[in-house]
Amino acid sequence: MAFAAFSNDKPTKDSSTKRKSGPVVLALLAPGLIYLMLFFMTPLISLVITSLESPDPSGAIGSYFNDVNFSNYATVAVDYLPQIMRSFGYAFAATVFALIISYPVAYFIGVKLRSRPLTQRLMLTLVIAPFFISFLLRTIAWKQLLSDDSGFVNILHSMGVLAPTQFFLGTDAAVIFGLTYNFIPFMTLPLFTNLERLDVRLLEAGSDLYANPRHIFTRVTLPLSMPGIISGTLLTFIPIAGDYVNASRDFLGSSKTSMIGTMVEADYLQNLNYPSASAMSVLLMGVILALVTLYVRRSGTEDLL
Amino acid sequence: MRKFSIGRYVLPLYSLLALVFLLIPIVYTIIFSFNDSTRSNTVWEGFTLTHWVNVCSRQDVCEALNNSIFIGLVSTLFATILGTALAIALVRYSFKARSLVSLSLFLPMATPEVVMGAGLAGLFFNIGFAPGMVTTIIAHIMFCLSFVVVTVKARVQTLDPTLEEAGADLYANPRHVFTKITLPLLMPGIVSAALLSFALSFDDFIITYFNSGSVSTFPKYIYVAASRGVPAEANVIASAVFILAIVVVLATQIRGALKRAKLAK
Repeated sequence: MAFAAFSNDKPTKDSSTKRKSGPVVLALLAPGLIYLMLFFMTPLISLVITSLESPDPSGAIGSYFNDVNFSNYATVAVDYLPQIMRSFGYAFAATVFALIISYPVAYFIGVKLRSRPLTQRLMLTLVIAPFFISFLLRTIAWKQLLSDDSGFVNILHSMGVLAPTQFFLGTDAAVIFGLTYNFIPFMTLPLFTNLERLDVRLLEAGSDLYANPRHIFTRVTLPLSMPGIISGTLLTFIPIAGDYVNASRDFLGSSKTSMIGTMVEADYLQNLNYPSASAMSVLLMGVILALVTLYVRRSGTEDLL
Repeated sequence: MRKFSIGRYVLPLYSLLALVFLLIPIVYTIIFSFNDSTRSNTVWEGFTLTHWVNVCSRQDVCEALNNSIFIGLVSTLFATILGTALAIALVRYSFKARSLVSLSLFLPMATPEVVMGAGLAGLFFNIGFAPGMVTTIIAHIMFCLSFVVVTVKARVQTLDPTLEEAGADLYANPRHVFTKITLPLLMPGIVSAALLSFALSFDDFIITYFNSGSVSTFPKYIYVAASRGVPAEANVIASAVFILAIVVVLATQIRGALKRAKLAK
């Protein structure tokens, strides 16, 4: 499965069987790498260049000239600070919730259901079922299920969790809820891929050596499943930090839940403020790359792909 | 000598609840495809099959669907070919820049959609290439590529190189070894990569929104319609796609499980 992408399993094959480079390997690599250069590297470089542009002296909307204007970065860092904080705050909270929900499920399917392959496969299919139906429609479904006159909000009102004038949609909680929901499968799958191969004899060995269940979990299971946790958290945190659909006012959010993506979209597609949108994108990319590097270094997962 | 404990039931129950949670909006979406609503499909107004029978009575929905299928098929074809070649090269050959190639294939997966979307849109804008069908397909091939590489790579790693060597010993030329041995053995990996790629393309919204100009796709249609209410026809299409996909996946999963059970005996 693709979701093992970030796990650090080294190829088991002896490297001596590998063939040396030649014209064949060049023919295999060249088309894909050229594509990557043209449509991944170049756009990123183009973003950096655009992020340093200055507005055209004529004042025409949407026209800019090449410059080395770092003030765009200062402007977005100040103006969009709430959105930046929200994006990473939401991403952190939703990733933690997704992990709490996914880990036991992945453990149950990957370890406990091993003796029943059919049930295991059926449960796994249900976990990935959300992938087969438009995530926009699923989010709209939640919007309607959690709307202001829904049973859910009525219960919150009668329990006194929400004041009669308060509602659920449009709050931070609603956006985090939606983000958590939408990205659970991205967390569950890499955890499952990892736990499926967990050697249960190691757990038995721990128990034979008089470790209590809690110790077996914290000393054996958890460390062994670390690669799965790392890939799962990266696969949820990164797309969540860049998402803006859940936070949109047409979905679960409001004007008070705008994220980095909201601003990039507005600046790029509506305000035609390309330097601002680009500076914001470069900033987001930079923070995410820094986090990924740090995270992977600390956890010792170097072989990413 | 197992002690009785509530713990034995906590895990299955917890998992069951989590799965129910995952399925709630799916069930909701399917139920509301049968809703006897006219414009905005928010309140239950009774059961009807009208929307299922006349899906294309709303032309815009069907046009968006057709575009999404076309974009998905073309992007999948290209991404699968490029990605499979890269995967074979990465596992089977040793070359100097291997880790650099690996890293540059990992990076697109670590790039938020909004960054890739804005970057590509900026590139097309700067070279004066108007956004439309072509730019959308270029973008889709780009974000599918890495996922294809990862999926096919996993399959190449399980491939026994001695099978190909045996072919060569029996005087098969390299082309025959590839088409008669390597490719058939890789097929399951290539097929799952293609399916994944199509699914990613079909459901993509953010990158498409930045690069499609006036071309409508199914997710884009829903996003735009969301402010005034999504028509039930969109639910019909999503439900039909869902049912089709889940039947295919269930069939392959059950077949796989039965095969495994047989082998275990």
